Amino acid sequence: MSGIEILQIWIIAFFTLALFSFLYKDNPFYRLAENIFAGLTTGYQVSLIWDTVIIQKLWDPMMGGQWWMFLPGLLGLMMFSRFSPKLSWMSRVPLAVVMGITAGIFLTTQLHGFVLPQMQATMSTFVNAEGFAEFFLAALIAVGVISTMIYFYFSHEHVGVLGVTAKLGIWFIMISFGAHFGYTVMGRVSLLIGRTQFLIEDWIGTFSYIF
Amino acid sequence: MRTTLPLAVAFITGLVFVITFFLNEESPLVGGVSKQLLDWLIIIGGFTLLLGVVSILRVSWQSVERRKEDWIYKLITILSVLVMAIPGLLPESWSSLFGRQEGTIYDWLFLNLQAPMMATMFATLAFYIASAAYRAFRARTAEATILLVTATLVMLWRVPMGEAFLNLFSEEIPGLINTYIMGGVNLAVQRGIIIGAALGAAAMSLRIILGIERTYMGKS
Repeated sequence: MSGIEILQIWIIAFFTLALFSFLYKDNPFYRLAENIFAGLTTGYQVSLIWDTVIIQKLWDPMMGGQWWMFLPGLLGLMMFSRFSPKLSWMSRVPLAVVMGITAGIFLTTQLHGFVLPQMQATMSTFVNAEGFAEFFLAALIAVGVISTMIYFYFSHEHVGVLGVTAKLGIWFIMISFGAHFGYTVMGRVSLLIGRTQFLIEDWIGTFSYIF
Repeated sequence: MRTTLPLAVAFITGLVFVITFFLNEESPLVGGVSKQLLDWLIIIGGFTLLLGVVSILRVSWQSVERRKEDWIYKLITILSVLVMAIPGLLPESWSSLFGRQEGTIYDWLFLNLQAPMMATMFATLAFYIASAAYRAFRARTAEATILLVTATLVMLWRVPMGEAFLNLFSEEIPGLINTYIMGGVNLAVQRGIIIGAALGAAAMSLRIILGIERTYMGKS
């Protein structure tokens, strides 16, 4: 193992331990690592956007003859008018372009790409079920979809049939959230195992080269 | 002007994509315009992110300039931004250390600092999730009990040791969890949420295009 590799491992180990030190309490080492992390992440975004958006999507097409691409560039620069109280209204125009395009895409794709296919999938599973087990699972899914949607329906008070269905919906939702929670915990624990492995195997492994 | 122009812009750009959906997307006119507008969206989005970066630097620099409490950490943030961004922005032709490809300063900082620190940050959350679970999982109500039982079963099911433990009771339990919890109840709830959220998003989109929803423009 070369000196540079050992140095790299020690730098990573220092910042890993500095970030973990917050589990005890807030301290200067954690604050240092936290601010370096925030700065590096921001700097990473700057380089990424500059290369993939400003150069590849704006500058190169403009230089390649698509002169009209100065328009989105101008709209993008108008976003910076937010720093001036007098001119900040100008940032509404690029914001309106973003909102308009997003709304236009969402209006059709949400219905066509999510609502109808999900409804169709729920019904087709129910209709195509073979045997009691499949029929039961399809019925469970259908009841779950309807009761979940009713739980989130707030235009009427949840009383009577609506109340009972909403109550069933919250039970379904709790099972789903429990499952998601279990998955999330396991994902985070997996990352923790990864960092612990690094400290035990890689970092402590360098001790034999140094001491 | 200050309100009408943005409303008109949102209406026209939104309408272009609605029309595109109903017409032939591959035709040069309709498809071309929508493709151009998608590029515009990416470009404006890029500038918006840069606006955020400028804002962070501005606020941090003000703290440093006025020697506010913890200004030294703000200075570290600014320096970290510059150390990461500048080598990535400089042309590759100047030095093999510049640019974003393998072996550059940018690449080294990403692999040896940013990525391990991000993994550590997320790993730290394991402890906070455990702490939150202790408070949320106290089985005081039927709903909390259901959450507790499901989360425990899924956590056990996800690891070999837990699966072996479940097999002690019945070898069918892991299969039943997979079929009825993940592929049954969880699937149904996700579908219900997706349908509800999509209907809400479509309704909100219509409000934006028609100019009813104006909160994105801020005050007055």
